[in-house]
Amino acid sequence: MEKSLHDIENLTRDDLELILATSEQFREISERRVKKVPTLRGKTICLFFIENSTRTRISFELAAKRMSADLINFSASTSSLQKGESLTDTVKTIMAMGVDLFVIRHSAPGSSRRVEQVAGVPVINAGDGPHAHPTQALLDLFTIYRHKKKIEGLKVAIIGDIYHSRVARSNIFSLTRMGAEVVLCGPPTLIPREIEKLGVQVTYSVDEACKMADVIMCLRMQLERQQSGMFPSMREYIQLYRIDEKRVSLAKDDVIIMHPGPMNRGVEIIPEIAYHHRSVIEEQVTNGVATRMALFYLLLGRGNEETAD
Amino acid sequence: MKKLLIKNARVLSPADGIDEKLDVLICDGRIEKIDKKLSAEESIDMSGKIVCPGFVDMHVHLREPGYEEKETIYTGTKAAMYGGFTAVACMANTSPVADNRATVEFIINQNEKAGFVRLFPIGSVTKGQKGEELAEIADIYAAGAAAISDDGKCIMSAEIMRRALEYNRMFPSPLIVHAEDLVLSRSGQINEGLVSTLLGLKGMPREAEDVIIARDLELMKYVSSRIHFAHLSTRRGVELVREARKQGLPVSAEVTPHHLLLTDTAVKTFDTNTKVNPPLRTLEDIEALCEGLRDGTVEVIASDHAPHTFEDKDCEYIFAPFGISGIETLVPLMLDRIVAKGVISLPEFINKISVNPARILNIPFGHIQPGQEANLTVLDLEVSGTIRVDRFHSKGHNSPFDGWNYKGRAVYSVIAGKLNKLD
Repeated sequence: MEKSLHDIENLTRDDLELILATSEQFREISERRVKKVPTLRGKTICLFFIENSTRTRISFELAAKRMSADLINFSASTSSLQKGESLTDTVKTIMAMGVDLFVIRHSAPGSSRRVEQVAGVPVINAGDGPHAHPTQALLDLFTIYRHKKKIEGLKVAIIGDIYHSRVARSNIFSLTRMGAEVVLCGPPTLIPREIEKLGVQVTYSVDEACKMADVIMCLRMQLERQQSGMFPSMREYIQLYRIDEKRVSLAKDDVIIMHPGPMNRGVEIIPEIAYHHRSVIEEQVTNGVATRMALFYLLLGRGNEETAD
Repeated sequence: MKKLLIKNARVLSPADGIDEKLDVLICDGRIEKIDKKLSAEESIDMSGKIVCPGFVDMHVHLREPGYEEKETIYTGTKAAMYGGFTAVACMANTSPVADNRATVEFIINQNEKAGFVRLFPIGSVTKGQKGEELAEIADIYAAGAAAISDDGKCIMSAEIMRRALEYNRMFPSPLIVHAEDLVLSRSGQINEGLVSTLLGLKGMPREAEDVIIARDLELMKYVSSRIHFAHLSTRRGVELVREARKQGLPVSAEVTPHHLLLTDTAVKTFDTNTKVNPPLRTLEDIEALCEGLRDGTVEVIASDHAPHTFEDKDCEYIFAPFGISGIETLVPLMLDRIVAKGVISLPEFINKISVNPARILNIPFGHIQPGQEANLTVLDLEVSGTIRVDRFHSKGHNSPFDGWNYKGRAVYSVIAGKLNKLD
């Protein structure tokens, strides 16, 4: 594995398998009565969030705390960062205080690479605009693996606003690399150009996408997208693409329903499906902590055991 | 009478049908004689080197007035000289915009003080380059502008474009078009395609360029005017210009080195020095641009020199300004990767960097003839080197070509009779 995690594109199948196996070990820790290990004692992690996030941030924070790392939280809005200190100078300032790893979320694609260039320490990308959200894809992969015991040959339908979705982009790489069959589904205006070159199928019919699917992954429809003229109305979108019982019934009997959150209940998914026994949405959140602990371990913890004692 | 004799060089002037080993005698800033075995008190031996008509970069941004932190006329023209150029034409998107006599005259005056190369300002087409009202075009020409252009912006109103083309018929120069449908390319960062999809950066479709080229060719035909298309970057754009030229329409076009040498895959590093407008396209476009160079559809190579400060580019990709500092890398890159690779011959290259831009702008360059002002570029095709942005004379170090090796560059120039050693 490389020293940072910017995207899934640069991970090999071996890397993905290593992350899955390591996540399994760390999931066990989260189930203990005392949910803490000393692996990252003496290490400092900076959670650098230049874009709003609740679940991703809490998940990283818990993961770091369960591994005994020290934490700094830095939040700012993109606009205030733009007006004042540059990203470069902010990172330099934080680095001067001694940080071992950055977790960055930013609305601008490529930001995690910039942070790595400036900081020179490992960086985990917690979402950089529509580009990548590798930890989400890894926790999704882990969740699917726990249910299906394999990835190869599964049919995974990813449904919704593919165009703006970093979750979709990262999942495409992890799933295809592990041998899954990925079907993307959404209105043509929300399917980015030439995406089929990544070895995925594209359909505009949600019934087609759900048919015999092993996994149905819904994406968040961002309400503000409608204003940009990408589709005519939320009403029409819901009619065409919302996941309901009828659509789920087209899938395999043991289909699992996923959503990266936060959900717009009633828009991309009806509540009955979100809380259905086939839904693994809450489990995704649980697994997120384990996967992030695994990544902290792989990027920062290996070799730390000796020095810590 | 100050005399300078250039001895034993290969003199290569395609427009004059000269390609042989000759001596060039320069007297009082003018070429006096071109012949074998001339003699004079002061002479310089240029064996093994190639004397060409002075190179002209017809598309640069010198940033002055208004953006002197990025470049000044002094630094930009000095960079031009060291890049092998004897003349440049600078675009009007300064602050204030060169949409009036005073600004055009100021630019000319600043260059007289700098004195490195000859400078031909390009005035804007519309007031403030807003695309709404025509600037005082006749007054701008009278002040010394060589052509008009709203480069950097596109005139989105077809009606204003029609009137601008029509009005410009009074003058011998073309209207230089920056073809970009600004609605179609809005908030775009890079070429739209697989790479923009992968990187999650908003794409600028090639069609944003193509639809304006098609529109403006129709308008130009309707009002019998002339157009020069700046920085062609698409396959279809080349085809449209080729079709128009076949019909005998007075249209010309240019291409930049970065559109010939780089594709959008260069953006995968998120290096902000790859952010340029029009954006880096794909291999298919590069092949079409090369074919356009070969068959004469694309008559000009120009740098679109667009310097920015370190701070401007030291930011997230989406916040970085568009532009590449290109005036010091054009000649070595093109000699090494376009001429030596056989895309076009050396005489063809000289046509595209001297003869054709001089003809399009109606300026007295592109020839080596007795009686003419002595503006020459001297090439050495054997000298090798590495592009190093920290050695640029331009204030703008924003180049994606840092560290590229080359063979062949301009080693001397003569500007208005004055010999310059370029290193």
